[in-house]
Amino acid sequence: MAFLHAVSTGKSATKSVLKSRSLTPYLLLAPGLIWLVTFFIIPIFSLGSTSTMVRPDGAQIGVYVQELRFANYVDAFIANQDQYIRSFVYAGLATILALLIAYPLAYAIAFKAGKYRNILLVLVIAPFFTSFLLRTIAWTQILADSGPVVSAIKVLPFVDELFRINNTSTAVVIGLAYNFLPFMTLPLYASLERIDPRTLEAAGDLYANGLTTFRKVTLPLSMPGLVAGTLLTFIPAAGDYVNAAILGNPGTKMIGNVIESRFFAVVDYPTAAALSFTLMATILILVTVYIRRSGTDELV
Amino acid sequence: MKKDINSLSPEARAIIRAQVSRRSVLAGVGAVSAAGLLAACGTGSSTGAAAVVDVSDTEKIVRWANWPLYLDFNEDTKVYPTLAAFESQSGLKVTYEEAIDDNNTFYGKVQGQLSIGSDIGYDIVTPTDWMAARFIEQGYAQKLDPANVPNKSNIRQVLSDVGYDKGRQYSLTWQSGFAGFGWNTQKLPKGVRTMDQLFAPANKGKVVVLSELRDTVGVIMLYQGVDPASNFTEDQFMNAIDFLKGKIADGFIRQVKGNSYAEDLKRGDANAVIGWSGDIFILKSESDGKFDFAIPESGGTLWSDNMLIPSTSTHKKNAEKLMNYYYEPAVAAEVAAYVNYICPVEAAQPELEKIDPALASSPFIFPDAATLAKVKVFRSLSADESTKFQTAFDEAIGN
Repeated sequence: MAFLHAVSTGKSATKSVLKSRSLTPYLLLAPGLIWLVTFFIIPIFSLGSTSTMVRPDGAQIGVYVQELRFANYVDAFIANQDQYIRSFVYAGLATILALLIAYPLAYAIAFKAGKYRNILLVLVIAPFFTSFLLRTIAWTQILADSGPVVSAIKVLPFVDELFRINNTSTAVVIGLAYNFLPFMTLPLYASLERIDPRTLEAAGDLYANGLTTFRKVTLPLSMPGLVAGTLLTFIPAAGDYVNAAILGNPGTKMIGNVIESRFFAVVDYPTAAALSFTLMATILILVTVYIRRSGTDELV
Repeated sequence: MKKDINSLSPEARAIIRAQVSRRSVLAGVGAVSAAGLLAACGTGSSTGAAAVVDVSDTEKIVRWANWPLYLDFNEDTKVYPTLAAFESQSGLKVTYEEAIDDNNTFYGKVQGQLSIGSDIGYDIVTPTDWMAARFIEQGYAQKLDPANVPNKSNIRQVLSDVGYDKGRQYSLTWQSGFAGFGWNTQKLPKGVRTMDQLFAPANKGKVVVLSELRDTVGVIMLYQGVDPASNFTEDQFMNAIDFLKGKIADGFIRQVKGNSYAEDLKRGDANAVIGWSGDIFILKSESDGKFDFAIPESGGTLWSDNMLIPSTSTHKKNAEKLMNYYYEPAVAAEVAAYVNYICPVEAAQPELEKIDPALASSPFIFPDAATLAKVKVFRSLSADESTKFQTAFDEAIGN
């Protein structure tokens, strides 16, 4: 079309070329936008509208009517605050644990691995080749009452005969930290690897010892990776319910387990929707505050 | 559901055990939740769909959704022998899918489509009693034409009339099983036959119970002298919930889960469980009697999975043909020999004797009157009760 126009009248040709050019970004955006609208915006609205519905007395299972009952949020939160708080505590602990493991690991891969660097990176990603579920189930074997870890710890003199790890909060946190470890390691590696070794040499020239160099040079330069890694670990961990279901006990359930149970077992869609929304909002607030405070908003 | 998986390699068995759990909450995590969320949008009306046209005569197909490992399967030829025989005999093409591994998740997946009357892709579904009751009550099941299912009369007496489907007008039992006590015979050589033995001091932190409300609470209610088949009151139900909460708070109950409890038994994390007969029967045969099962002295529960034709099916007559076929004694015996659950066709016993005499005398497959007298079927709950009781149960187990 535009081409034909260009042949007939030179003046309008420039116009229509400009016009089609200005359309290009939208066309490029279209697939992503359509995807977002279909699978995020519409479900979010449906979720929001479900969250204020009410079950009429005597109605069939799964039937809810819209009454704009915002008290659903309060009820849902009060009834499940234990699991709610627990989710953030576990996710926080798992994030710290993952950071403690991942930082030295990423550091070693970035600076010390030499020719083994690529192999080590593949090993970090390798667990993703198997199902998340199977990897978590594997931990129940490792942490079993008569398994290697518990047996080894029981050798110590002060350990109770009833000591166990499976089906405790410890197991849940270990599982969370393990499952999201690659999300912590890879961003850390990416930013550590970018550090110019000459800056470290310069620190040494200026009489900084190893610790000071790390504190004043390496750590600040790796902040973008650290922030990205902690977020990528914390956010999915807070909403996770697989680890709590497989490695936990009735006293270690997280908010994801409650949402799952309300949705499928009780068929209480409004409570499930209200809890999902509250979870999303809380994570959003925490993340915003975190990014602001760590002063890396331009990097994330 | 877990069936005879002895023929698989140990690794494959471990994976199936761990993953394919009958009522596992984790099944199909992401996809299903998304489907469920979308389905939730369409929950406004759910009073069954408009009448569908039966195109059985032109479309020679049946699509069947069943639980995993719940039909005789030949590992070598990779075919379901009874199903293949049906196909050549009837000229119908059967699509068999192991599409159900949790009643609730399956319901969440198909409910939205059922409520707007759009095809769910199955002509036979196989939900457990209480879920079958929900299908029938909500108008999501089609009435069977008795003329097309003459073998219906072969159904075992105790299953022929159930609360949610008087005279079996909509449903036919696929297989049944018991819930009771399972235990590790090396750790508990005296066995577990009473609730006090289950919660003996030595079992502290070593007891796992089912996340299936009707089985766990049913067994507890029977222990408290309440018949779960009767018209029990809310207080009586909540008493059982309190008992359960107490045992969780005391640290006796380690975890509440679907049939991955079999893994806990094998790993030694659990000494004793409230579990399902078929699972423990298989464990027992795999381990030279390291595990055993008993119906509690105070009574156990009897559950069944039931074949239903969903309201959206356009191949009703074909589906009825298939149901009828599986109620032939010889065919039922072949299935029983593989799945080891309670066979719904009593007349299959002499047929099974020809295949495997030992199995034919098993009270787990052909229970005698004395065994059946000890078990109850949990009564159907009204929608209000179901919501309230399920919430109470889920809160008790930490959700």
